[in-house]
Amino acid sequence: MNPRRIFLIAVPYLWLLALFLVPFLIVLKISLSDIALARPPYAPQLDLSAGWNGLRSFFAALDLENFVFLTTDDLYWKAYLSSLQIAAVSTVITLLVGYPMAYGMARAAAEWRPTLLMLVVLPFWTSFLIRVYAWMGILSGEGVLNQFLLWTGLISAPLTILNTNLAVYIGIVYTYLPFMILPIYAALEKMDDSLLEAAEDLGCSRTTAFWLVTVPLSKAGIIAGCFLVFIPAIGEFVIPSLLGGSGTLMIGKVLWEEFFSNRDWPVASAVAIILLLILIIPIVLFQRNEQKQREAEG
Amino acid sequence: MRRFSWFNATSLTLGFAFLYLPMIILVLYSFNASKLVTVWAGFSTRWYGELLQNEEFLDAAWVTLQVAVFSSTLATLLGTMAASVLVRSGRFFGRTLFSGMIYAPLVMPEVITGLSLLLLFIGIGLDRGVFTIVLAHTTFSMCYVSVVVSSRLSSFDRSLEEAALDLGCSPFEAFRLVTLPIIAPAVISGWLLAFTLSLDDLVIASFTTGPSATTLPIKIFSAVRLGVSPEINALSTIMIAIVTVGVITASLITKRAAVAQQRDEQAAIRSV
Repeated sequence: MNPRRIFLIAVPYLWLLALFLVPFLIVLKISLSDIALARPPYAPQLDLSAGWNGLRSFFAALDLENFVFLTTDDLYWKAYLSSLQIAAVSTVITLLVGYPMAYGMARAAAEWRPTLLMLVVLPFWTSFLIRVYAWMGILSGEGVLNQFLLWTGLISAPLTILNTNLAVYIGIVYTYLPFMILPIYAALEKMDDSLLEAAEDLGCSRTTAFWLVTVPLSKAGIIAGCFLVFIPAIGEFVIPSLLGGSGTLMIGKVLWEEFFSNRDWPVASAVAIILLLILIIPIVLFQRNEQKQREAEG
Repeated sequence: MRRFSWFNATSLTLGFAFLYLPMIILVLYSFNASKLVTVWAGFSTRWYGELLQNEEFLDAAWVTLQVAVFSSTLATLLGTMAASVLVRSGRFFGRTLFSGMIYAPLVMPEVITGLSLLLLFIGIGLDRGVFTIVLAHTTFSMCYVSVVVSSRLSSFDRSLEEAALDLGCSPFEAFRLVTLPIIAPAVISGWLLAFTLSLDDLVIASFTTGPSATTLPIKIFSAVRLGVSPEINALSTIMIAIVTVGVITASLITKRAAVAQQRDEQAAIRSV
């Protein structure tokens, strides 16, 4: 190995070790510690000056107490379940909104496609916070949507949408829609149209051909899109805290409050560890889907 | 032949209306004279004037810009290095861990990244402020940069670089004169991605900052928590305008660069 290569590997490697892996191990360690009235507010502290005995007593003081606490308090498992449920429901809605759009884009004339693609990507570059905030003015009691609906006479009293789970669904669908459209579009765009013609020649109606040919061929895109929405939605913080109400339980918000309001670092860390354990399953499934797709493309 | 049906046209129209109407409404209401964001009281640029006199927002914008420039530049350097390691270094000790650490931050919830970095900074006794936000942003955006750059690197014809080496270039010269110009569009879009990620980030910055540094998203978040505010509408409009102009310009430039580069690459291959 020449020095240049070692340098090239070592710099990003050490950076990630120091600022990704080590912080993660610290979270793991603090999740096994106890809350203490000290600075920093947890115990035990690792004291290397005490030598081997210090190390031993340090490990002896670590326990799973915080994790036990998470199972005894209803708040936490309800928050995990409700995060999963909100993420799942929003993913399905995003798919229902995103698929027809991706399909329309793939059917559009070739010279229009780059423009349409840019229109999908553009909101992604716009601040996430601002896109969520935009809905606050639309969904509130005297908001644009209620004013419009009252004006049309469809409703006689304003609807309560802001600060409910419905607003959270709208927020997630809105902000993550590009993540759903792009992989589905990529799959549909390279589809061979002669397959559809063949299906129709063989007696399929257009609708049947769509369900039997188009949808299965875009399956990899659908799966990728769903995971790209589902995975980040579980740990979402901004959307539930701006659009959700006091009844909206999501684990990202719980972790934030545990840390900033309750100042209980060990419990916040335990919440984070469990959240990661939950996320591992969809992440592994997502990776497997990507791998399969790469292999299929050769 | 592809048939573009009424169904396709309707779903695209409704879909894009859904994507763009909220932002259009936000922009319209930023020109509303009334303090009540829900009542239209005529056209006014009053909120822009008030915004530009608000020192706190200007300070926050300055901090955000500093953080974004430093972190995206650092992230581009580290991310490009990481990409070349991923694509070209073959096997080395700890490679799996390395690629794991590149991909994991992409799927890591922001609250966890923020929490873990904060605990690190406290653990080593680092004063929190602009510097710690830069460290945090660099760490997650370098992973995005390396994904963008490595996809470009893996499609790159290595024989061009080998030719440069054969013709007497040092490895560094070969990189600077041959590889870098070819991967430049990916490096630039990596930088832009890192820059916008940093401008955008609320959660990680909130965890890793101290009392001395408030970024724009933190400021916006604390202002809108209590409800819609006309000043924030004005600020959002400015940000949307900058992004729109930026993205359109960037896409035009990269399109032109990609065409020119393809031509050069093909010319080089033909002359070999």
